Order: sequence, then structure tokens, then C-alpha cells
Amino acid sequence: MSRHKLRSERLALAGFGSVLALFLFMPLVSLVIATRPRSFVVALGQPFVWGVLELSLLTTLASLAIVVVFGTPLAWTLARRGGAAARAVETLVELPIVIPPAVAGVALLLAFGRRGLFAGILYPEGSSLAFSVLSVVMAQVFVSAPFYLQAAISAFRRVDERLIVVSRSFGAGPLRVFRRIAVPLAAPALVGGAAMSFARSLGEFGATLMFAGNLRGVTQTLPLAVYTALESDLGVAQALSVLLMVVALALLLVARAALGRTGERRGGRE
Amino acid sequence: MSGETLTASLTARVGPLVIDVELDTAPGTLVVVGPNGAGKTSLLSLLLGVLPVERARIAIGGTVLSDTEAGLVVPLEERRLGYVPQDYALFPHLTVHENVAFALASRRSDLAPSARDERVRGLLGELGLGERAEHRPETLSGGERQRLALARALSADPRALLLDEPLAALDVHSRDEVREFLGAYLERVALPTLVVTHDAADARRLGHRIAVLEAGRITQRGTWDEIAASPASPFVERFLAERR
Repeated sequence: MSRHKLRSERLALAGFGSVLALFLFMPLVSLVIATRPRSFVVALGQPFVWGVLELSLLTTLASLAIVVVFGTPLAWTLARRGGAAARAVETLVELPIVIPPAVAGVALLLAFGRRGLFAGILYPEGSSLAFSVLSVVMAQVFVSAPFYLQAAISAFRRVDERLIVVSRSFGAGPLRVFRRIAVPLAAPALVGGAAMSFARSLGEFGATLMFAGNLRGVTQTLPLAVYTALESDLGVAQALSVLLMVVALALLLVARAALGRTGERRGGRE
Repeated sequence: MSGETLTASLTARVGPLVIDVELDTAPGTLVVVGPNGAGKTSLLSLLLGVLPVERARIAIGGTVLSDTEAGLVVPLEERRLGYVPQDYALFPHLTVHENVAFALASRRSDLAPSARDERVRGLLGELGLGERAEHRPETLSGGERQRLALARALSADPRALLLDEPLAALDVHSRDEVREFLGAYLERVALPTLVVTHDAADARRLGHRIAVLEAGRITQRGTWDEIAASPASPFVERFLAERR
């Protein structure tokens, strides 16, 4: 094959693929270009913006803590068990990734709402968690946990089985093996998974709207505020969107750096 | 030489292979040799208790580790077997000192950290790793890795040692020296020891006795000289011929 043909085929492949890249760039670039620095500053000067940002950060941090504290042992347990029951649980806990957020919201209402399946046990007094700040966290945990679990399960599966066996031969119990061997070895991938989970919580919209509502000062997070502002003040909606995008970009960079480290470590092992 | 003996009699199905063996380490070190796929590594996993057995009786001296007839199975964590897997399975995220300290602290949580550190330093010094204490395993030479794996296994106060191809990860140049060191050191620690290898030189230097494992069964056993005098199978003949 001639050198000219080699090059033109390579260019054709890249050119064909760049159609998608272009489509992905266009809205993001438009968002940044269309938002003037001055109007960005003015919009962020609105008092409610900081309340919304604070609520978003606090609830996403709380969700992240819940996801990591409960999700890490769950992922380790599922990674270690090969039975049909473990596989079924793994599929179920990863299901929220593929179901539409609005469906997640309905499901949460049907489970934990005032007339939900577990209302009798959870709220004997008749009140409900729905439409409270707690429900924001619940919606975020529901939709974001699978991203962490997926990353953690696959990272734990990559931990060399022989390391576990030798640890056990020294007398190390399951908790010690988990804490001192499994978690440190899986740490970069766990950080990557946590960043993806955090980003998903931060952007969560549909399930929050259905289960927690859009009450400013109580349950209105950044994405809900963008939606609300879009109806009254486009400038504020743009400013909030840029803010969300910057935080998401930072998280993506953290996740990529962490996942890059996992690759190095795996590559470095004999 | 150790006063105690590791004895094992077991039957198990591992994939397509049925392992059915009776063996003991008396006196000292038993080397199990065999071709690839004979079940050597699986045999160690069965002794450790990480693979299921159909029938087993495993004991070290008077301590029974597994007796399926009596319904007794001691978990791996309590068997006190010093296991050195092939390629050593050192903890890559821990330093040399921490690798040994992890093992020691796993067995002896009663020891104060200062006493633990002292013991770890003693063991590392004894095995010539004192100056490498703060290094990560990946920076060690093959021989050093092997000594670290030994130090780590010994720190957890084992009743017996199980070594899987202890010299296979080494290059040809360091092999002779490390084999010599390992042979002398095993005699000094005087624990019942079972070594698995496919290498004739290792078998001759390390084993007081040799058992030949073929397709899950022991086809010949004896000292090197006894086996050399009357090889019982084509594999043993080839195996002996490998010895320079």
C-alpha cells in the first residue's frame, strides 16, 4: 500500500470520528462563549445562588460519604463471591445506571414517600422524608452509588488472589485483609469511582425533582436552580451551568488521574 | 532437623484432575516434584484449605488441621502454615519492613508495636535485608524478594513451611547462590517443610526426601539417591537427566 493511501485512510477514519467529537464540543463551547464574564459575576452575586451551591455541595458530599462507607464493603463482598445470588445482587445494585432518573424518582416515592411501601415502618406519625433535604441525599445516593460500585467491584476483582491467600495464612482476618490489603491496592480505582459517583450526584435532576421537589432553600440543588432560572433569567441559568461544568470538569480530571494510576500499578506488576 | 512432621492424606477433584496423595515431611524437608499439570500447586492449595477436598486428614505433629471424617476443618487463618507462593506475592504497596510487620501483627496482635518492630528488624537483619527495610518490594533483586517472602512467612510463627517453586522466579545466575542459601537456612529454622518444584537441582539440594507427583498421584518416593538408582517412570528419567 502506498504511503499516500496509508495517510488518506488514516485521515478518513479520524475525520469520520471527529463528527461526534464536534457534536460534543459545540454545546459546551457555546455555553462558555455565550456567558460573558461580567454577567457571570453579576449572576453569581445573587444571594440565592450561594445557598443553592451550598445545598448542592453539602448533599453531594453526604451522598458520597454514604456511598463510599457502605459501598466499599458491599463491593468487596460482591467481588469475592461468585455465586448466583451475588451476581443477582450485583445486577440489581447496578440497575439504577440504566433506568431513567424519572423512574428512579417514582420508585423512591413508592418506597419511601408518605404513602410508600415502607411508610408504615418509617413514618408511624404520618410525616415523610420526601420533599426534605434528606430526600435529596437519598435520590443522589440511589442514582450515583452504582457508578462507585461498578468501579470498586472491578478494582477489587483485580486484586491478586495470592495476596489474599498469603495474608490469610499469616492469620489476618477478613477485616484486616480488607483494610490493609484490598482497599489500599484498589485505592486509585476507588477514588476514580468516587469522583464519577460525586459527579453523577452533582448533576442529579430527575429523581430529585420527583422525590424531593424543587423547593428553593430546602431541596433546590444546582441543576434544579438552572431549570428554574431558565424560565426567568437566562443569564443566571448560564452562569450556574458554567459553574456546574467547571466542577464536573475538575471531577473528571481527578477520576482520570486516579484511573491512570491504577493502570500504572497494574502495568508495573510482574 | 524438626522434631515434628507434617502428614497429609487427601483426595480432591481440582478441575479435570483427581488428586489422591499420602505424604509426610519426616524428616525435615519433603520436595514434591512433577511435570506441569501434575497438581503440585493445587496440592499446596489443598493443604492450605483454600480448595475443597473430598477427604482429608492433615496434621502437624499432634495438631490436626483437617479431618473430614471427624468433621474438623481448621480455617487457613488458624493453620499457621508459612506459605511462600510462586513469585512470592509480596505486598507491592508496603515496604520491606511493613510486609513483615503486617504478617507478624496478623498473628501476634498481643505484641506491643515496639516489640513487633524489634522482631521485624531482627528477622530482616538475619536474612540480610536490614538495609532494605524502607524499600518497596519492586526495587529488590530476585534473591532479596525470596528472602523477604521467607522472613514474612517465618514472622507469623508457622508450624510448617510450604514453598511453591521457590527458585523459579530467579534468573539462572543467582539461582545457585540463592538455592544454597535457602537450603542452609531451611536446615537452620528446622520446621517441617514441603517444597514444590519442577527443577531437579532444587529437589536434590533442598529435599531430604523426594516425592514424585504425576497426574495427581505419587508415583515414587525416596531420597535422591534411591530415586536416581531406579527411576519409576519416564518422567523421572527425564527429570534426573536434567540435573547437570
